[in-house]
Amino acid sequence: MNANIHGSNLILKTVLEVRDLTVSYGKVEALSNANIKVGEGQIVTVIGPNGAGKTTMLSAIMGLLESRGKVDFDGTIEGVPVVERMVARGMNLVPEKRELFGEMTVEDNLVLGAFQRHRSGHRDHAQTMEEVYQLFPRLRERRSQLAGTLSGGERQMLAVGRALMAKPKLLMLDEPSLGLAPLIVREIFRIIGELRRRGVSILLVEQNARAALQVADYAYVLETGEIAMEGPARQLADDPRVIEAYLGLGGKHQEMLST
Amino acid sequence: MDFQIALLLGQDGITNGAIYALLALALVLVFAVTRVIFIPQGEFVSYGALTLVMIQAGAIPATVWLLLGAGLLAAALDVRLALRAGQPGRLVRLVGWYVAYPLVLVALLYTLPVKDFPMIAQILFALAVVVPMGPLMYRLIYQPIAAAPVLVLLIVSVAVHVAMVGLGLLFFGAEGSRTPPFSDARFEMGPVMVSGQTIWVVVSSLVLIVALYQFFERTLYGKALRATAINRVGARLMGISPALAGRLTFFLAALIGALSGVLIAPITTIYYDTGFLIGLKGFVAAIVGGLGSYPLAAAGALLVGLLEAFSSFWASAHKEVIVFTLIIPVLLWRSLRGRHVEEEE
Repeated sequence: MNANIHGSNLILKTVLEVRDLTVSYGKVEALSNANIKVGEGQIVTVIGPNGAGKTTMLSAIMGLLESRGKVDFDGTIEGVPVVERMVARGMNLVPEKRELFGEMTVEDNLVLGAFQRHRSGHRDHAQTMEEVYQLFPRLRERRSQLAGTLSGGERQMLAVGRALMAKPKLLMLDEPSLGLAPLIVREIFRIIGELRRRGVSILLVEQNARAALQVADYAYVLETGEIAMEGPARQLADDPRVIEAYLGLGGKHQEMLST
Repeated sequence: MDFQIALLLGQDGITNGAIYALLALALVLVFAVTRVIFIPQGEFVSYGALTLVMIQAGAIPATVWLLLGAGLLAAALDVRLALRAGQPGRLVRLVGWYVAYPLVLVALLYTLPVKDFPMIAQILFALAVVVPMGPLMYRLIYQPIAAAPVLVLLIVSVAVHVAMVGLGLLFFGAEGSRTPPFSDARFEMGPVMVSGQTIWVVVSSLVLIVALYQFFERTLYGKALRATAINRVGARLMGISPALAGRLTFFLAALIGALSGVLIAPITTIYYDTGFLIGLKGFVAAIVGGLGSYPLAAAGALLVGLLEAFSSFWASAHKEVIVFTLIIPVLLWRSLRGRHVEEEE
């Protein structure tokens, strides 16, 4: 992988382009005029503190929240995104709360991940499931267990695996490392890197800025509802303002864990 | 009371209980998926039974006009939406289902000598008229207010129920009717005679329950409905739209209702408003299961059926009172034992 190719945001075909996206809760603007771009095969991360509007942004792009602005996904502009339509067009969100089907088995959760694909006539979920199991061997062991009985890390794996069942063009991950033990976080980020190798474009929202900047090609910093900074991830990781606000001083073991 | 009477009453109780079980399952299903407390469930029982009566009398069932009217309305709404969303491809399919389907039914009912058809064909015609009203009802009434609080949905359900009873009076008149039994066979079981229709009711209910179970456990659409009931947001993220889940649920509820009506029409006289009381007893059974558990709801239905049968022997004037009073200890027990759960959303 050549860092230059992924670092530049210009040469690639754009999968997602969000223009002037604004979300208001009543009179409060939670997100104002956000502009972001995700190129094909890229990992783009949005980092920022709690309450900056990261989850709001993903929910609005997906159509879970009402918004103003334009979402150009895969060459078609959506004025008002509708969740089911976005899923049908190849966008998938792994939400912060995972939103698993707790009283159903791991395997049923995965099968439902391919619901929209199945409806549009692609009956290949058995094969996709095999790929997901190869990526997450742990899920295969737990296939007949109820999703509600899984550990935190397994739940996250299941949430990602379920989203992958739809064979998305763009995978949006909301805080995939939230509440997980460091070793599991490392595993999750390893898999995010692996997914890019398989050609999935990823929009990653993270509080764990260090790990996110390490895996991503391009990054945005979101602060109080506005994009404060953007640039190639490596560049941002060296930016003194980012270091001061999000990375802090050197925690060596953190760095090890996130590679 | 001697043993033979007890057996007879027990047989009655089980027969009615089987029907209440079906209705209770439908109520639990509708509530779990859409949060609607489906008061009009019983109306589908009357509509199903009386539509069959009209077909057997050689008349064009008035319900088919309701279906056509609702279809036209839904088509108007959806065609506008499809045009605005720029998906003209969907138009053909929409118009086909909403308008052409009822028209074809009308044409068939006018031209074919349905009156002289075997009973099974007449039943299929009755179901073909009544069952599509379920998804249409969801589309026209509940889908626009799908995000409303449970209480609003309940109030709307009461309104729909009243409207349907009124329309029922208009369609079928105030006279009660019965249909001939599916079979005239009688079986001797020890000291009691069991009628063929009783067996039909119990066996059909069991078959339907097993079929529903298989549907929810084995098929993708069944799993999608369960997923919607468990986690609505999660289901939407998989592309399972609440509208699709709602229509499918209401289809099942209408099917269960209409089929129950067809099953009991040979046993009891059905009036335009009979369904309400039957539906309410299904509701009592569903409450026993906390509107959440299918097996408990089915057990509750059996309990309601037996209680009704035996109280009709001892205190026949008060049998309804006794059955509906059952709800008070159940609610007390549930609210004292269960922990209070905040309403979601």
